Amino acid sequence: MSSRPAAVEHSIAAPAAEPAFLRIESVGKSFGTQRVLESISLDIQRGEFLTLLGESGSGKTTLLRIVAGFERATAGQILLEGERLDTLPPHRRPIHTVFQSYALFPHMSVFNNVAYGLRVRGCERAEAKSRVEAALAKVRMESFAKHFPRQISGGQKQRVALARALVNRPKVLLLDEPLSALDANLRVEMQRELKVLQQDLGITFLFVTHDQSEALAISDRVVLLHKGKIEQCGTPREIYARPHTAYSATFLGKSNLLRGVVKEGVVDCGIFSLPTQVPDGPTVFSLRPEAIAPASSSEGLVRFQARVLTEQFHGANTLVTLQCAGGVELTARLAAPLRSGESHSFAFRAEDCVPLEDGSQGKG
Amino acid sequence: MQSTRWNALLVTMPPFAWITLFLFLPYCLLFCYSFWTLGEFQQILHHPTLTNYAHLFTNPLYLTVIFRSLRIAFSVVLLSLLIGYPLAYFLVFHSGRYRHLLYQAVIIPLWVSYLVRAYAWKVIFGNEGVLNTLLLWSHAVNHPLSFLLYSPFAVIVTLTHIYVPFVVLPVVASLEKIPRELLESSSDLGARPWQTFLRVILPLSLPGVISGATLAFLLSFGDFLAPLLLGGPSSVMIANIVANLFGADYNWPLGAAVAVVILIIVVTILSITQRLERRQRFA
Repeated sequence: MSSRPAAVEHSIAAPAAEPAFLRIESVGKSFGTQRVLESISLDIQRGEFLTLLGESGSGKTTLLRIVAGFERATAGQILLEGERLDTLPPHRRPIHTVFQSYALFPHMSVFNNVAYGLRVRGCERAEAKSRVEAALAKVRMESFAKHFPRQISGGQKQRVALARALVNRPKVLLLDEPLSALDANLRVEMQRELKVLQQDLGITFLFVTHDQSEALAISDRVVLLHKGKIEQCGTPREIYARPHTAYSATFLGKSNLLRGVVKEGVVDCGIFSLPTQVPDGPTVFSLRPEAIAPASSSEGLVRFQARVLTEQFHGANTLVTLQCAGGVELTARLAAPLRSGESHSFAFRAEDCVPLEDGSQGKG
Repeated sequence: MQSTRWNALLVTMPPFAWITLFLFLPYCLLFCYSFWTLGEFQQILHHPTLTNYAHLFTNPLYLTVIFRSLRIAFSVVLLSLLIGYPLAYFLVFHSGRYRHLLYQAVIIPLWVSYLVRAYAWKVIFGNEGVLNTLLLWSHAVNHPLSFLLYSPFAVIVTLTHIYVPFVVLPVVASLEKIPRELLESSSDLGARPWQTFLRVILPLSLPGVISGATLAFLLSFGDFLAPLLLGGPSSVMIANIVANLFGADYNWPLGAAVAVVILIIVVTILSITQRLERRQRFA
């Protein structure tokens, strides 16, 4: 999965009209000889909900910690509203973090936890009190002010951690996998709440997660990190519908990777051929399982014949494995189940078959 | 069912027997002895009286020595904390790859006999000792400093030296238990390093401080060798009195009464600090 810098730079450049609010400029990080981040450049707009998505070891948390000030970048710089940020110690950055473990102070009540940032900055008592109460009300924890962290649940700790950061009115809020310790239902609920809160407050969120569905559900823009580099960057829809690389295609949901050979504007995948703008040579395409449907009479579709090998019922839909001519297997997500063993005619729209930029290198 | 009960009995018997034989019975005996008296020929008369306690509380000697012992123990704790806490803090947060080495350096003195360490201070503090020789040689003083040895000063320094590891180890343990995210979170919320120390690190390390201080306090309070070797008449401590009463004076009843008073003081302090420590635990 080697990157082509020109293409990556292009995809992350901010619209020229608005200057970047938070600018990460060629930031690199090495621990000894191990390079964790390689020259990351990223412009984040004011009020944007940006997600750093990646598996463990992708460098997403390291990047977040560099922005927070817990780690020093070994290269590059970070600017907030045009001013150098990376030279400041964490306590002087107008940026706050919600930690994965929440990191609430166990010896302080919920109220004192939330008041902490105001107190250490010498905020006036009465003002601090009203701001803390407002922040607790915002996350619906006002009735727990006197509780200690050990007396409240994970979801409640999550809310307190959020209030503790937001009460200081940060310019950027960093969230390091804040929902990963919650169970599935609560997580979806908190995702919704976070999104509402972020839109309500208009604060820039920099969110780290390894959960692709969370990233797609919650973000304005997703940055997919892989081995310390930006693999792809774009809105959830963009990045899902038009993956640039085989890694993007498979990390964000399921995808069929089809090998083919392009000749004079037509790609031949064995089972079918379709028009393309990719230059001649071997290439790889991504085709989402949900793009495939049983063929009906409608026009303008690419059709193929396949036999249903296995099916997995998922409630809302069924995931079936299709065996096509020449032994090629495809996965399709279908609304109605099909009996395995049967042969059918299937179809997809030609534009759903996305050529991958790293396809011609024969990887994926 | 029957066999598990036998097993439980088998497991609990030895410690129970140990406690009964070596703690409970001796304390009972001691308690009984404190109500006997000595006869004409130094024989023990088994007539219960309160004369020992009356003597103890009316003769200023005993109370003076008890208060002196408390004062010395308190000074030792204060000094041990002043030396031990920064040492523990440095060890946990700043020693980097030398951490293990430094930790060993704190522990190793514990392997050396108490007696050797006490004698070492005698060599240092004596009139012709290392310190006075150095001071005379450098013309900092004209006469050897005599307050160094055979004084409460010498006792406090020696006890501090001996009990600093007892403070360092629990403080290190409690500092190590503080999750690093809490410190990052504090700094993230705008706290300067000293604010993080005062508001997060110090309160969360209090259980270690309390247990270390309690240990150092009780061990110094009951110390017997340091005042014997390095202390003069002005630094006799309560354990020396007990030793004398049981030994040279052969007044076991009075010795037992003093021991019971010490025991009450120790148990009181222990229960107070235990309550304090429990209140400081949050995790």
